[in-house]
Amino acid sequence: MSRSNAELQLDEAGRLLHFLTIDGLGREMLTEILDTAEGFTGVSERTIKKVPLCRGKVVANLFFETSTRTRTTFELAAKRLSADVLNLNISASATSKGETLLDTLRNLEAMHVDMFVVRHASTGAAHFIAQHADRGVGVINAGDGRHAHPTQAMLDMFTIRRHKREFVGLRVAIVGDILHSRVARSQILALNSLGVSEVRVVAPRTLLPADARSLGVHVYHDMDEGIRDVDVIIMLRLQKERMKGALLPSEHEYFSLFGLTERRLALADSEAIVMHPGPINRGVEMDSQVADGSKSVILQQVSYGIAIRMAVISMVIGTQNLRMQDVAV
Amino acid sequence: MKKKKNISILGGRVIDPANDLDRVTDLHIAGGKILAVGETPEGFQPDQTIDATGQVVCPGIIDLCAHLREPGAEHKATIASETAAATSGGITTLCCPPDTLPVIDTPAVTGQIRHKARKAGFCRLLPQGAVTHDLDGSRLSEMAALKSAGCVAVTNAYTPLANTLVQRRAMEYAATFGLLTIIRPEDQYLSNHGCAHEGRVADRMGLLGIPEAAETVAVARDLALAETTGAVIHFHTLSSASAARTMAWAKREGRRVSADVAIHQLHLTEMDLEGFDSNFHVRPPLRTDTDRDGLRDAVANNVIQVICSDHQPHEADAKAAPFPDTEPGISGLETLLPLTLKLVEQDVMDLSSAIARLTCGPAEILGLPLGTLSPGRAADICIYDPEQRWFVEADALLSRGKNTPFQGWEMPARVTHTLLKGRLVYSFAINE
Repeated sequence: MSRSNAELQLDEAGRLLHFLTIDGLGREMLTEILDTAEGFTGVSERTIKKVPLCRGKVVANLFFETSTRTRTTFELAAKRLSADVLNLNISASATSKGETLLDTLRNLEAMHVDMFVVRHASTGAAHFIAQHADRGVGVINAGDGRHAHPTQAMLDMFTIRRHKREFVGLRVAIVGDILHSRVARSQILALNSLGVSEVRVVAPRTLLPADARSLGVHVYHDMDEGIRDVDVIIMLRLQKERMKGALLPSEHEYFSLFGLTERRLALADSEAIVMHPGPINRGVEMDSQVADGSKSVILQQVSYGIAIRMAVISMVIGTQNLRMQDVAV
Repeated sequence: MKKKKNISILGGRVIDPANDLDRVTDLHIAGGKILAVGETPEGFQPDQTIDATGQVVCPGIIDLCAHLREPGAEHKATIASETAAATSGGITTLCCPPDTLPVIDTPAVTGQIRHKARKAGFCRLLPQGAVTHDLDGSRLSEMAALKSAGCVAVTNAYTPLANTLVQRRAMEYAATFGLLTIIRPEDQYLSNHGCAHEGRVADRMGLLGIPEAAETVAVARDLALAETTGAVIHFHTLSSASAARTMAWAKREGRRVSADVAIHQLHLTEMDLEGFDSNFHVRPPLRTDTDRDGLRDAVANNVIQVICSDHQPHEADAKAAPFPDTEPGISGLETLLPLTLKLVEQDVMDLSSAIARLTCGPAEILGLPLGTLSPGRAADICIYDPEQRWFVEADALLSRGKNTPFQGWEMPARVTHTLLKGRLVYSFAINE
């Protein structure tokens, strides 16, 4: 039952069967995803924004947590690959009637869905679905609990590569709520796997895991020091509900210590780019001048998100197709 | 009532840690009690003999904590199903915690549970009473009545007490009647709905962590309260090396405190959570290898004098969900003895100590005349074959709960006979 991330996500030939976490995939696979996405960037700019790669396939967006950006970009990505798309916001329907996750899965499989794109509030949900899905059905993790959000991390890597060309030698700072962030966990894995020279995390100790360094990062509690000379600054979203517990005293103090301002941005490398997975809390994580400024690549991240998701969907469906052909022969 | 058989168990390696006994000899049983160890007493005529050549004969195992699920959760397991499974693991006495539905907080529920166990006839079942009414954490239960109804201790089980004042009063009231207070040390605020050890593995996997301090804070607090109140307390299922060190200190200080550990904590660690297999979801959580080694040392040195199963059988659905959404617990009755013997194989401790942690250790804590082969004591006996190795198969477990993380593990020994009060309640040959 318990299989390693590599065993679960890759077939015997090392092709992508599911995309659940960056963990265990290795630099070659990540580069292949980035290269495949590069080929898809053109599709969105054509008059006819479609390629027939996944024609006749059904992709179900299984969202147990609400999302606008991630769900719509997955939907667009699948449609540009000519797949049929089912959007299911399950939080509002099945689970409130007491249906288990496994029952929901079985019901959808009975409708011959080829792929599940899953977002769930519980860590490990995408793994669980991948382990229980029928052969030939691919699973893509669109965010599970605090665990992973691998397509977000890959679109961030794509954005970085577009601007910086190489990963080697880069210094990257991730600022904010690392503790609760599945995005940060996936980004850290991807950045280290792709060979950047330094990943820093910048946050107060209440927003960091107890042993943050074991994630493979340098830890900073001082924003000025943390972003000094870095090439990439990734700001994380601070959930409003974090203010209610004993994690932080106020938005005001958070912004004064960790908010990204023009003054602070000047401490980073002169060519530095500013990223944010969205949605931004202006005046909490960063100033509007920075968010809308020349160094901000936040909106490009959204566009690249479609290409990355097209890449991952087509790769997974391709591998699962081969798997079914093997069975047929 | 039928006359109880006279039985002779011949040629086994008889190990009775309470009497420092370990030699190949015979054991004679009459009237449900141990009659003699060694030579056949004059005039004794066995109705039945058991050839125990090459086997180990030891006191029946006492499991300090097994959740049997009845009453209230019979879809998971029943008293009959679990006590039967227990005998196949050499267990003759089980203590069940009060977190049933209804809670064990009245003589009526206590009596009902004991009645069902007697009717099933496999094991001695000793209920633990709830320390507070309905386990609500604030109103004391009628402990004197629970004691006379047969509860051997009181405990809060998984539910936290409202505050330290209730904890203090509960200990004092229990001590009034000489009742042992069993405590699952966990600070609910620090554990904060976590499902894994707070550390590297949980950090990487994004699982909400339970810090070691959730346990050590509670242990320190309750040791202080026990000193204030003069109560005798027992810590149930320690999970950290740090808590084990605190226990060692408390014992050196001469405090009246004891502790147990669940057998899985002596074999598994947080590393086993990789892959999100919900069979490894336990509470308290599996911690680091340093913690496991610290707990092993404490068991070897008798700082922790009991190993229990903390048996928690579940139906398949309870484990079929994303890791944090699953119910914690392991179905552990049938692997308790073999996994303990595995520690002997791994040179953690000698055989006599290992058996002591399962027999006279728990008997001493409960103040019961069990867990030994002294003449005159109840003939609760476990016989196992130390040469018969087997592999754990979840589906082959006799317990209703098939939730074991030890699937595929090789076990070093197999129970061949279990006797309760001189009556054969399990025999491998027959049950096969």
